[in-house]
Amino acid sequence: MAGVLAVAETRNGRVGSVSGEVVSAARGLADSLGSQVDVAALAGPGSGELAATLSARGADRVLEIDTGEPGPASVAVNAAALAALTRERGYAAAVFAATGPGRDLAPRVAAKLASPLLTDVVAVEADGAGIVATRPVFAGKALARVRVGRAPVLLSVRPNVFAATESPRDAAVEVVAAGGGGDSGGYRVRGFEPSGGDALDVSEAEIVVSGGRGMKDPANWHILADLKDALGDTAALGASRAVVDAGWRPHAEQVGQTGKTVTPKLYFAMAISGAIQHLAGMRTSGVIVAVNRDADAPIFGVADYGIVGDVFEVAPKLAEAIRELRSSWQPTVDKAPQAPGAARRRAGKAEES
Amino acid sequence: MNITVCVKRVPDTETRIRISEDGNDIERDGVKYVMSPYDEFAVEAALRLVEGAGAGEVTLLSFGPDAAKETLRAGLALGAHRAVLLKGEPTMDGWATARVLAEELAGDDAALVLFGVKAVDDDQQQVGPMVAELLGRPCATSVTAIDAGGDAVTCRRAVEGGQEVVDLDLPAVATVTKGRYEPRYASLRGIMMAKRKPLLEKEAPAIESALVVERLEYPAERPPGRIVGEGVDAVPELVRLLREEAKVL
Ligand SMILES: Cc1cc2nc3c(=O)[nH]c(=O)nc-3n(C[C@H](O)[C@H](O)[C@H](O)COP(=O)(O)OP(=O)(O)OC[C@H]3O[C@@H](n4cnc5c(N)ncnc54)[C@H](O)[C@@H]3O)c2cc1C
Ligand SMILES: Nc1ncnc2c1ncn2[C@@H]1O[C@H](COP(=O)(O)O)[C@@H](O)[C@H]1O
Repeated sequence: MAGVLAVAETRNGRVGSVSGEVVSAARGLADSLGSQVDVAALAGPGSGELAATLSARGADRVLEIDTGEPGPASVAVNAAALAALTRERGYAAAVFAATGPGRDLAPRVAAKLASPLLTDVVAVEADGAGIVATRPVFAGKALARVRVGRAPVLLSVRPNVFAATESPRDAAVEVVAAGGGGDSGGYRVRGFEPSGGDALDVSEAEIVVSGGRGMKDPANWHILADLKDALGDTAALGASRAVVDAGWRPHAEQVGQTGKTVTPKLYFAMAISGAIQHLAGMRTSGVIVAVNRDADAPIFGVADYGIVGDVFEVAPKLAEAIRELRSSWQPTVDKAPQAPGAARRRAGKAEES
Repeated sequence: MNITVCVKRVPDTETRIRISEDGNDIERDGVKYVMSPYDEFAVEAALRLVEGAGAGEVTLLSFGPDAAKETLRAGLALGAHRAVLLKGEPTMDGWATARVLAEELAGDDAALVLFGVKAVDDDQQQVGPMVAELLGRPCATSVTAIDAGGDAVTCRRAVEGGQEVVDLDLPAVATVTKGRYEPRYASLRGIMMAKRKPLLEKEAPAIESALVVERLEYPAERPPGRIVGEGVDAVPELVRLLREEAKVL
């Protein structure tokens, strides 16, 4: 049976934690096809550590794509290399991450292969007649079951949906010279302006602390930043559109229909009313906590746990209580039965170290 | 510089989505339609570039049903010069849509083709870069600002951790997201003028697709939540629940 290609995202030469999820999704698909998983590592040759992490997630083989150039290759070169690889090896499917880089890359590979592309997939399986994937449409107001009856099937998986499960094997490492001859003709990067720190992207964070207009002033954001810090380094800040439109927070943090769609394990809506366009971006979160002084705010309709109260009083107390909990529970955390998030957090760490 | 903007007619974001009886589409009756919000940013970008240069025209291109003429007229009312409707029913297959649009764009003299970063109905985020591949042009995605500069444009891209600045040689393609461009409102004069602007209608080419939507489903209802309590006194109980019941801390 034709294999499944998983495309591992690399950042600064390391595998991004979402790549574990991509490999797990590919593993599940390959198992139902009775085939194997090859992982394309775009970081280039020389990282055996990368192979080990990926094989623990179910990779049978790691293909280190060598573009022959120093430094990370451009999206055009990577797209050409992946299209050529998929064509040559006749993969049944190729799995990407629905992250910024994945969204830039996957459509170009799809076009080169003249294949449809299913983005933001939340479930996928193979049956006799092809591959069927489930993906949210209309900002999550419905789920579509979509069949592609022709190989290769290209899809990108939504972060935080496919658990990065352990499925250890001994992955062979193969260095593959990038084919396809892609060039970046006409596309020249002039520079990069960091937006401060290497904050985790809100769409990939396991915990999101979002603030709304009820925060009153951008100067109050330190309250939410402190809560976020108390929750650890897998947490990120988010925002409602009202806040972004007011220029209080960057658009990169906006959650909702015209912002990012997030699926964290835990979502905090702090002084956010819960307009339908905001819900569109976060209602599939694992657990939703809302703090709002208006007991009738629509956000309480989707929140698992709510506190009716003043965010300026509740948020600092919450940060304090979480810090207390974390410090007192820390020694036993390893032995205690774990929430899935805890296991993944540690796995993520291991990958990055 | 002539610019073409691809715009899609989509259900308004406020619309309640009901699944049709046969289960593989939505009920179209009673749905209010609008231009996809990101396409509005793209239109605004195009208008400002052309106004800034004092030369060139903005063409709107849509693949959609007859009713998409309303969407195009709305864009003309904002200041676009002309519009083209490729009549047909787009599906969730972005690759099919990309081929329909690319066929039309191949014969177009626009130096820049703009897209929204995504259409908010199917949320596929793919048509722009696919068209760029089909046309063999450079493409910048998630663009927040565009500045003209002779034979190239400089684009700012929202990427993880910051903004990337890239130069694109013309002709080029870009997908626009929220950033510099706050969409304008149509003036009464604009709306009147839009009626007289050229809106060309053509049948969209028939394109086969390997993608079939088998069925739509509603997402699982969230189990009803609860109000833990009021004010700071509820904090310890909330933290306990998050730890012991939800097991997320
Ligand atoms: C086409 C379109 C697209 C949109 N896309 C998005 C999107 O992507 N994301 C998005 O978020 N919105 C989006 N919106 C906007 C959306 O409709 C709402 O306007 C927006 O979400 C409201 O933001 P908010 O909840 O922060 O503000 P508000 O609705 O003003 O709510 C503020 C809340 O804070 C509470 N509050 C005030 N003070 C306190 C206090 N001291 N303590 C506790 N609570 C307090 C209030 O009770 C209130 O519930 C979109 C709208 C349209 C038309
Ligand atoms: N049927 C269509 N007609 C015109 N433009 C479209 C159509 N579908 C998608 N587009 C363009 O492609 C962008 C991305 O759409 P999508 O890839 O479907 O999320 C949209 O914002 C539009 O600019």
